[in-house]
Order: sequence, then C-alpha cells, then structure tokens
Amino acid sequence: MANLRDIRRRIKSVKNTSQITKAMQLVAAAKMKKAQDQALSGRDYADRLNRVLVDLKENLSEEEHVLLKQPAGKKELLLVISTDKGLCGGLNTNLLKRVKAEIGDDTEVVTVGRKLRLSLGKLGQNIVSDWEVADPTPFADAKPLGGYLTDQFLTGEYSSVKVAFTNFETTLTQTPWIQQLLPVEESKLAEKRSYEGMGEGAEVGETDQSRDYIFEPDTEGVLDRLLPLYLNYQVYQMILEARASEHSARMVAMKAATDNAEQMIKDLTLEYNKVRQAAITSELLEITTAMKAME
Amino acid sequence: MPELLEIVTPERKVFSGEVENVYLPGSEGELGALPGHAPLVTGVSPGELRYKVDGKIEELAIGSGFAEVTQEKITILADLAVSDSEIDEKKVEEAMKRAEESLAKIDSSDNAEEVAAIQASISKSMAQLNLKRKRRRV
Repeated sequence: MANLRDIRRRIKSVKNTSQITKAMQLVAAAKMKKAQDQALSGRDYADRLNRVLVDLKENLSEEEHVLLKQPAGKKELLLVISTDKGLCGGLNTNLLKRVKAEIGDDTEVVTVGRKLRLSLGKLGQNIVSDWEVADPTPFADAKPLGGYLTDQFLTGEYSSVKVAFTNFETTLTQTPWIQQLLPVEESKLAEKRSYEGMGEGAEVGETDQSRDYIFEPDTEGVLDRLLPLYLNYQVYQMILEARASEHSARMVAMKAATDNAEQMIKDLTLEYNKVRQAAITSELLEITTAMKAME
Repeated sequence: MPELLEIVTPERKVFSGEVENVYLPGSEGELGALPGHAPLVTGVSPGELRYKVDGKIEELAIGSGFAEVTQEKITILADLAVSDSEIDEKKVEEAMKRAEESLAKIDSSDNAEEVAAIQASISKSMAQLNLKRKRRRV
C-alpha cells in the first residue's frame, strides 16, 4: 500500500496543476467572449464584400483589373493561421492535417502563429515569410499582411493565394478550413452560415447574371479602392475566426483538465483517508495487544 | 415597388429591410437611388445617408465605404453608420480634436498613409457632427 506521505505529495501537485488550468480556463473564457463577438460581428461585412466582388467579377472581363486576372505562375501560396501558444486541444493538429492534405511540391507557405510554423518547418515545407499579429488583433496588423499577399500574387509567380485557418462555429466545434483569397472566388463559408432574413437578397445575384454596372467615378477607380479593402478585410476576418477558435478550444481543453484534476484529487483523498484509517486501526491493535500482554 | 436596403459595418448589420428610396453620399456627390435604378457601384464618402421607410425619412451619419446598387437591392458597406440618437456629440468632438492635434504633429511628407487615415477619421467625425447639429436646429 502506498504510503501516506507519497499520497499527500501527489494530492498537492495535482492541486497545483488544477489551479493553473483553472486560471487559464478563466483567462481563456474572458478572451473567448471578446474574440467570438469580434469574429461574429465582422462576418456580415466580410461576407457582403465577398458577394459584391463575386457579382462584379461575373460582370467584368478579366482584363479589367490585375487582381482579377489568372496569372501564368505554377506555384501556390498558402497562408497558414495557427496559434502562438499550445494547450488548446486538437486545434493545431487538426489544422495541420488539413494543411498537409492541401500542400503539394509547388506550395510555398506564409505563416501566422508559432505552432504550425514549427510543425511545417519540421516537415521541410518552404516557408517564405512569417508574420506576428497581436492578440486581440487590430485591423492595422492585418493590413500589411494583406498587402504582402497581394504583392506576392502580383509578381505572377503564383497561380493562387489560399488561406488555411480554423473556422469558428461554436464554442465546442471549430473546423479547419481552406479558402482561396486570390483570384477572387465566392466564399464557401457563406453557404455554411445562416443569416437571418437574408434569403431573398442572396439569391438575386444568381438569377440575374448579366448586369452592366455603372462605375463611379470609373471602373479602375472603384476597383483600386475596393480590392485592397476586400483583401485586407478578408485576411483580418480569417485571423479573427482563428483567434475565436483558439480561445474557445483552449477554454474547453482547460475546463476538461480542471475537471479531471478535481476528480483525481477526490480519488486520491479517498485513498489517503483509507490508508490513514488502516494505519490508525493497526496502531490501536498494537496498543491493545501490548496492554493485554502486560496484564 | 419597394427596394431592399442593407447597411453593413464591420461591427454589425445596421439596417436590413425594404425602403422606398435612398439618398447616399457617393464619392462623386450625393446620389439618389429609387427602385429600378441601373446597376451601379460607387465609393461612399463620409456624410449623410437618408432613406424612406413606411413614409418616414430616417437619417444616418455614414463613414467611407462602398455601395452596390442593383435594380432590386442596395448594399452599403461602410466603416461607420450611426443614427442621430447614437452620436455622443462630446465624444465625437474630442475625437476630432485629438485627430487634428496628431495631424498637426506628424510630418505629412513621411507618413502619407497615416495622414490619410487621420484625415479620414476627421471627415467621419464631421459627418457625425453635421447630422447631430442639423437635427438640433430643426
């Protein structure tokens, strides 16, 4: 039977661990609320921007703006958005799995977040650049990143620019996701999300395909402003989604860890008491036998 | 025939519903869009947006962004859209003052982007103040 001091020591160490996980859980919960609100409120805007652009693309010839053209390049550029810290369950592992299925020999990777940068580096992937973004993410952090991706696309070496991130669904579910950023493509995410009262509006664009848009001041002027805004905002929104997923996953993982630790403390305390009782019983026995022998 | 109007900002969907007409501050001047308007895409400058719903005219102060007009639907994407009651005049005035101060401090030749950002925020504040003050006069 384990001795008393060992059990006591284990209880103490589990308690310490549970205090840490509990603290992390609370911090993650607070951050999660904020990150979720931010991600959810930005969705409408990002989605509407995407829809306007897809509408426009159908009605423009490809030559009208460099960003709409399909370049001749063979390589693919993939932006991978992961977390800086671990302890968030299977979030990064799942994303890595998804990314591994996507990348080929011609894929070059740009990373945000330390975790997948390390894993992809170990795999020998070609990481061309790495970006740090603060948490919570200000829009100003996404802007240079969007600009960088655009510049890379404009070199003509890449056939497409895609983004891999974790899409936030609920606190309990987050799905790894890959979305094409350039050339502009209809966001598949939009199909998955239900919007209140948006049913009629969404379908109009599909029934009436050939519209001749008037551009004010002119096509170039509008596209020059609209496209950079679109790209920066998409990147921003994806970072927000990834952040919301990260904090949700961490909160859930830490809650599970805290619960497990509490269960363990309970079990250990039970065992501790059993051992203690056994020790007392045997001591009593010894005393009584000794007394009997003395008589 | 009513048309569908949607006003979306990065923070929230401000309005979504059927309206009778819309007047918006386009980058080339104010622009009215009645149902059946020819398809149009335009920039939106900070200013005043008016739309008529159920015979009543609603006014919003709006930031810069874009508008897509089709025959049956108008989508306005802006970085700000607030109604009269949501504007805190003091706060906006303070924000404007801060922006003007920082504009005076930085060297305009070095930080063209920053200057543009500050100027944008000033014109946004102006749009809000104009709406608020106009309301008070009436």
